[in-house]
Amino acid sequence: MKVSLHTPAAGWWWAAVAAMLAAFPTIAANFGQEYYIGLATRMLVFGIAATSLNLLVGYGGMVSFGHAAFFGTGAYAVAALADRGVSAPWITWPLAMALAAMLALAIGAAALRTRGLYFIMITLAFAQMVFYLVVSVKTLGGDDGLSLAARGIGESALFYTALALAVLAACGLRRLANAGFGRALQGVRENEARMEAVGFPVLRIKLAAFTIAGAVAGLSGALLATLNGRAGPGLLDWPQSGQLLVMVILGGVGQRFGGFIGAAVLLAMEEVLSPYWVHWQLVLGIVLLAVVLRAPRGLAGMLARG
Amino acid sequence: MAEILRITGLVKRFGGVAATDGLDLDVRAGEVHAVIGPNGAGKSTLIHQVSGALVPDAGTVVFEERDVTGLSMHERVAAGIARSFQVTNVFARLAVLDNVALAVQARTRSCFSFWRPAIGDAAAFAEAMRILDRVGLVARADAAAGALSHGEQRRLEMALALATQARLLLLDEPMAGMDTAESAALLSLLRELRAHCTLLLVEHDMDAVFQLADRISVLVYGRVIATGTPDAIRANEEVRRAYLGDTLPA
Repeated sequence: MKVSLHTPAAGWWWAAVAAMLAAFPTIAANFGQEYYIGLATRMLVFGIAATSLNLLVGYGGMVSFGHAAFFGTGAYAVAALADRGVSAPWITWPLAMALAAMLALAIGAAALRTRGLYFIMITLAFAQMVFYLVVSVKTLGGDDGLSLAARGIGESALFYTALALAVLAACGLRRLANAGFGRALQGVRENEARMEAVGFPVLRIKLAAFTIAGAVAGLSGALLATLNGRAGPGLLDWPQSGQLLVMVILGGVGQRFGGFIGAAVLLAMEEVLSPYWVHWQLVLGIVLLAVVLRAPRGLAGMLARG
Repeated sequence: MAEILRITGLVKRFGGVAATDGLDLDVRAGEVHAVIGPNGAGKSTLIHQVSGALVPDAGTVVFEERDVTGLSMHERVAAGIARSFQVTNVFARLAVLDNVALAVQARTRSCFSFWRPAIGDAAAFAEAMRILDRVGLVARADAAAGALSHGEQRRLEMALALATQARLLLLDEPMAGMDTAESAALLSLLRELRAHCTLLLVEHDMDAVFQLADRISVLVYGRVIATGTPDAIRANEEVRRAYLGDTLPA
């Protein structure tokens, strides 16, 4: 099988999807279904997080099982700042992003010296360390987490911000993948030893990707904390890392829109099925199995094929 | 002739076994220097330590009067030492052109360019095509590297090393697994290469070694027992003993 290093432009359909999404809050409000604006925001926010993980897994070949560490850190940063009376998103979100980036830089510097299964395990271990550390800190609310006294942004403004950031993430991923950095990153995915032998600083390339992905995950965590009005330990725990991975695999590993499609489908399934059946994840499992066996490029790959 | 590479007192142990055991070796600028020796003599281990894939336990590797012993592999490539692999190691899923373009990109340091599309870098792709032309793979530029024949993959391997513009090329058994026609083609490529860079090669094909090399070093149990011209090596009694029954070409 031949793989191209170049991600082509997506065509008209994705601009149409973005335009339809832009009209969504007005339409939902017209039908008195404001509830669904929140759900759509969640889908966009998780889509951004899953896209950041896809940069690592799909473009860099680094299967991280600790992405919740950065996601949750972003959420807790916003909540902790709100606790101290700072709730303006244009202050808290960049700070959350910076904190997650620094954490990713530190964890990546150690974890990226391992590969494959060991990398999966070491990222999981670091993420669980962050989880237990945060849960044990009383000022961060322990097992209960933190509630935000004020959101600092209205519901529909939050939706449009999330939509704008999602579009930015999708465009940014393509820019990044097609730039010299993205080619090098995909080269590392294809053959790390060869990349080092032709003179690429492989560790630094991987660390840069890990830090960028951590920063973006931190931003999406910050958005989620703002949306939910709280940050809980569940956002840092390993099932959260697993859910993000499931989103990526479902949507399409290494597919530009894989993270968004995976997040939307998973959250839609949860929304529709969970009121009727507590074991709805059994259905998710079957769908995931079908995708892995029948469509290794995920739902995005199936859509692209037409 | 000036020395481009000077290896002094190199030691590498794996458990209790010294694969490299106080090895001294000089490579002169512009020469083709072949390393031969029986299986297990430590030839590949030597290449690994010069390329930076393995860190020696003792000794120094000096390249162009600069101690490179502590440098990582990619730093040594930047310094001017590149290698090819004994087992073909290319980007199997990528197009042949993309393989070489990546290697060209490594030299231009654009791996931390985050915005400008790399596909617009016409100069890099043109250079990659020129290198493919040198190794005779232009017609295969769009094929996936994994779909090439063994001989073609060996030539691609060579193209990747060439793209680094290294002044010292380390070739680990470049002829391995080739048929007569393929090795003849590679031999003429290597002859052409010597005008541009110094070659240090490990090779089992004795005919090729004795045709190509200016000097030969014989490695036995991790040390060099003799270095000299092909004629001198052929006449060396100690070398003949080390090879026992193996016949050196007349």
